[in-house]
Amino acid sequence: MSAPNSDYDPVQVTPLDADQVAAMVSDALAAFAAAGDLDALKEARLAHTGDRSPLALANREIGALPPQARKEVGQRVGAARRDVATALAERQAVLEAERDERVLVEEAVDVTLPWDRAPQGARHPLTTIQERVADVFVAMGWEVAEGPEVEAEWLNFDALNIGPDHPARTMQDTFWVDAEGSGDSGLVLRTHTSPVQARSMLSRTPPIYVICPGRTFRTDELDATHTPVFSQVEGLAIDEGLTMAHLKGTLDHFASSMFGAGITTRLRPSYFPFTEPSAEMDLQCFVCRGASVGDPDHPCRTCGSEGWIEWGGCGMVNPRVLIACGIDPERYTGFAFGMGLERTLMFRHGVEDMHDMVEGDVRFAAAFGMEI
Amino acid sequence: MRVPLSWLREYAALPDGVSARDVATRLIRAGLEVETVDEAGADITGPLVVGRVLEFADEPQKNGKTIRWCSVDVGEAEPRGIVCGAHNFAAGDLVVVSLPGAVLPGGFEIAARKTYGHVSDGMICSVRELGIGDDHAGILVLGVDEAAPGDDAIELLRLRDDVLDIAVTPDRGYCLSIRGVAREAATAYGVAFTDPGLRPDVALTGDDGYPVRVDDAQRCPVFAARTVTGFDPSAPSPRWLQRRVQLAGMRPISLAVDITNYVMLELGQPIHGYDRDALRGPIVVRRATAGEKITTLDGVVRAVDPDDLLITDDSGPIGLAGVMGGGSTELSSETTAIVVEAAHFEATGIARTARRHKLPSEASKRFERGVDPALPAVASQRVVDLLVSLGGATQEPGLTVTGAAPAPSPIEIPVSLPARVVGVDYAADEVTSLLTAVGSVVAPAGAERIAVTPPTWRPDLTDPYDLVEEVARLRGYDAVPSVLPVAPAGRGITPAQRLRRRVERAVAAAGYVEAPSYPFVGAADFDALGFPADDARRVALRLANPISEEQPLLRTTLLPGLLATLRRNAGRGSSDVAVYEAGLVFRPSPGPLPVPPRLPVDRRPTDAELASLLAAVPSQPRRVAVALAGDREPTGWWGSGRPASWADAVEAARVVARAAGVSLRVEKDEHAPWHPGRCAALYVGDTLVGHAGELHPRVVAALGLPERTSAMELELDRIFPDGVGDEPVRAPSVSTFPVATQDVALVVDLSVAAADVEDALRSGAGELLESVRLFDVFTGAQLGDGKKSLAYALRFRAPDRTLTVEETTAARDAAVAAAASRTGAVLRGA
Repeated sequence: MSAPNSDYDPVQVTPLDADQVAAMVSDALAAFAAAGDLDALKEARLAHTGDRSPLALANREIGALPPQARKEVGQRVGAARRDVATALAERQAVLEAERDERVLVEEAVDVTLPWDRAPQGARHPLTTIQERVADVFVAMGWEVAEGPEVEAEWLNFDALNIGPDHPARTMQDTFWVDAEGSGDSGLVLRTHTSPVQARSMLSRTPPIYVICPGRTFRTDELDATHTPVFSQVEGLAIDEGLTMAHLKGTLDHFASSMFGAGITTRLRPSYFPFTEPSAEMDLQCFVCRGASVGDPDHPCRTCGSEGWIEWGGCGMVNPRVLIACGIDPERYTGFAFGMGLERTLMFRHGVEDMHDMVEGDVRFAAAFGMEI
Repeated sequence: MRVPLSWLREYAALPDGVSARDVATRLIRAGLEVETVDEAGADITGPLVVGRVLEFADEPQKNGKTIRWCSVDVGEAEPRGIVCGAHNFAAGDLVVVSLPGAVLPGGFEIAARKTYGHVSDGMICSVRELGIGDDHAGILVLGVDEAAPGDDAIELLRLRDDVLDIAVTPDRGYCLSIRGVAREAATAYGVAFTDPGLRPDVALTGDDGYPVRVDDAQRCPVFAARTVTGFDPSAPSPRWLQRRVQLAGMRPISLAVDITNYVMLELGQPIHGYDRDALRGPIVVRRATAGEKITTLDGVVRAVDPDDLLITDDSGPIGLAGVMGGGSTELSSETTAIVVEAAHFEATGIARTARRHKLPSEASKRFERGVDPALPAVASQRVVDLLVSLGGATQEPGLTVTGAAPAPSPIEIPVSLPARVVGVDYAADEVTSLLTAVGSVVAPAGAERIAVTPPTWRPDLTDPYDLVEEVARLRGYDAVPSVLPVAPAGRGITPAQRLRRRVERAVAAAGYVEAPSYPFVGAADFDALGFPADDARRVALRLANPISEEQPLLRTTLLPGLLATLRRNAGRGSSDVAVYEAGLVFRPSPGPLPVPPRLPVDRRPTDAELASLLAAVPSQPRRVAVALAGDREPTGWWGSGRPASWADAVEAARVVARAAGVSLRVEKDEHAPWHPGRCAALYVGDTLVGHAGELHPRVVAALGLPERTSAMELELDRIFPDGVGDEPVRAPSVSTFPVATQDVALVVDLSVAAADVEDALRSGAGELLESVRLFDVFTGAQLGDGKKSLAYALRFRAPDRTLTVEETTAARDAAVAAAASRTGAVLRGA
């Protein structure tokens, strides 16, 4: 601004006195204040701060003043322009805020509108419960073992101390693969996941700690509590020094992991060809924890007021099984356990009818989501 | 096995006042599966008394019935007047009368009530009303001197008893008897047990009874025969006998039959009685010969198998040994001379015969599980004793016993074995006393070892661990502490297992609902899917005993089950449906099935034996499939929806591929059951892994599916034929230099696959290309017939510099040139 003003006209010097400058400022401030929206403010800005505005013209005249007058006038006009600019900015901010507020109001939507455009998938609880069980055991260092569904008869029966005349081998229980004309095929749809235990023992060296979830088959007709195609999970541990106490400890940990802290199991003597001693395993009722027993006023639907729920079978691996699978019974002991997953789902989740689990109605699986 | 508590108490000195539930709890603890405690007669309350009908008048009624207005002496000062609808009694007969205030089974309360013009002051009862039989044709008439008017009929008829219903596991055949259960109960309570199987007074050997020859001593090690004569076939079964047989779950039939059943229930030894006068010559026990037939007691003519063991006489077969007797020598209402058979048959042979003829009889059930081979002589004497005392018979002198019970072999174990296996510190003398309680003889056998000879009634005790279980269960499983074992550090789930979880989660996250289906299919399913006659998927395993004859095969593809599921969902109103299944399919090699070798079990199979076994198990690859129909995106307030299509099915394959970390190549194909113009073959590398697209309209019609149903199926195991690797992903280097975008529209023939154009663009564009994206497909008159325009957005970026316009344009031109040379593409507007 210190450059000489070529347009200097001494005649127009008069507007630079203090009153006039103040008037320019007050005019500008009044115009800004009067501007009701950003467009009006823009007009006021052009009128009062634009190139042709009084203050701009006044500013231009400063250069024409005698050097001794420039400083005072320069300060006065500069202050006036700063005041005007400040007022403009303030008003601009106010009006922009008002506009933003209005726009945001105008842009408001009904956020409760549904947006169910993407189809919702789900996994079946029989799958997710297998994963959950596997995770409980993997966390203890166990591994997940698997095998085929059509299985060699030897692995499904013989290796497990189920002899040729054992009733479990009858057509009443077992789906046999047809030999297409010539004798026995030697193949069955596995009746339990136990052949995976045999495979594990034959393919690994102790210590062995495996959990085997999978599909199994028996010739039951489908009804509310039976299905010819069902799921089991079995566990097998082979190590030096394992006892039934370790079996009990494992089952208790499994029970509390699946059903809540403090839930335990109970063993009752039973019989399975592949374990000796054998036991039925009951789960402490995780709903009433036994409180419903003998309390007819507060019956428990989950355990039928028994306090315990039959969950599965277990025992110490029969040395005959160890021998057939190449494990030295003098050195190693083992335990095994198994339970049906449909049944587990039934009491854990209140599934009332087996049909719901096998018919594939999407409404059933959808209720369980992606994990269980 | 149903065990009346009163019967149990005869042999186990249970403390007075012990309830059936207490006994049940103790037996359960000892390993007997007591399923229920049936409190028979518990719902009956008196007064229920014996009455004598003094006189009656028959009074015809308007409804056609004739009632009897009876005067009945019930031991009171005056007789009572009672209306009765039955007519099977005479004046002077003793009957059972429920007096007002009594409650009969089922909560049936008796009150004096007005009926047919009289006040009936009680009710004369039938056996059904008393809960002791099914007969409701007439009322129960007691024996002439059986009781006196006013006697308590509840006591007389033994209406009240508690019955333990025990599910006997296959190893505990001895518990299919009162004897066996009583022994367990006595051990559980630590009280005295009187063994009805021990009869020092009874002759155990002899050869001077009815002539018997056993040709197969392996299948019939012991056969005892005794004879009675002068039996009174009209003698009734006493009430206690009938009631016990009935409470134990069998039907009272006649005195002689009831006695044989009673002894079987008591001792566990199946008994057969022959009418001696119908026997022709000596009894011969032998295997059947081909072509023989027998008419069994149930009246069925059965062709027997050479493996069946028969009881025969000169007339031919007279019994299926250990399973069911024959009709020709059956005890009848005329029988006065009876030959009593108590034999021991080998368990597995009986099991085979019972299965073969579908005859799970009370006898076969016991023999299959193992009967005490020392019993025949004793049990036959017990039968004779009852025939004599209850039926007026005379025991013929003489006894025939062939063979002898094999002596059980001793089992040697370290006395510490139970502790080592169970984890409870059993003392040595505790082990001995528990095994002795079972009936074993325990003798020292060197340092810290014992020799245990099991009793004859425990054929299940053969191995050291069997003895461990006896110790563990008798001490109680609740003594076993809970100790968590420490497994060695594991490796987590395998890469293949992780892959499967990842894939299935991805498919579900893409909007598919998992729906596992049964693996059973039929040839009709393959026909409906339009498989050609030589389609490899028709080579399926067949079940010998399928649930349904329509579906005897095991699936070779997931589609039949999945499509049935889709149809079921659509039928239930889920019209927009997308389902998936992941599971095994069964793919035998064509031709005869290899038969897996029968390997030994007394040692580990050799590696070669094992390999040949595993090789005979058919291939069972894992597949994943989706099926969908209806709208993939629904119509909503945002606008119209988007129908599910072939493209969704192909995209589902891409979802799987992305989850697997592989790139999927899609090619046009024609493959059943897909629409020939809308079928994609799915490749990973050069391997065909599956197909996807819209189903053939004929398939849709044949299966009753929603129109335009689409599906995808691929085989996970084909993606990684060598197993799922665990190679870490190599990180990309992410360039921070600016992107340069070029759009090109290419005109090609309609038949040109977009994937080929994209491949050409990629290969031509070189390393600077970051991505190619098809953003428009256009057909129209201005392009000319048979042409389409594909518009691509190409993004270029260099890792180390800002690209110049010249570089970008050169790369684009190279891409277009490659497309032109490989697919005939022409740059639109060029």
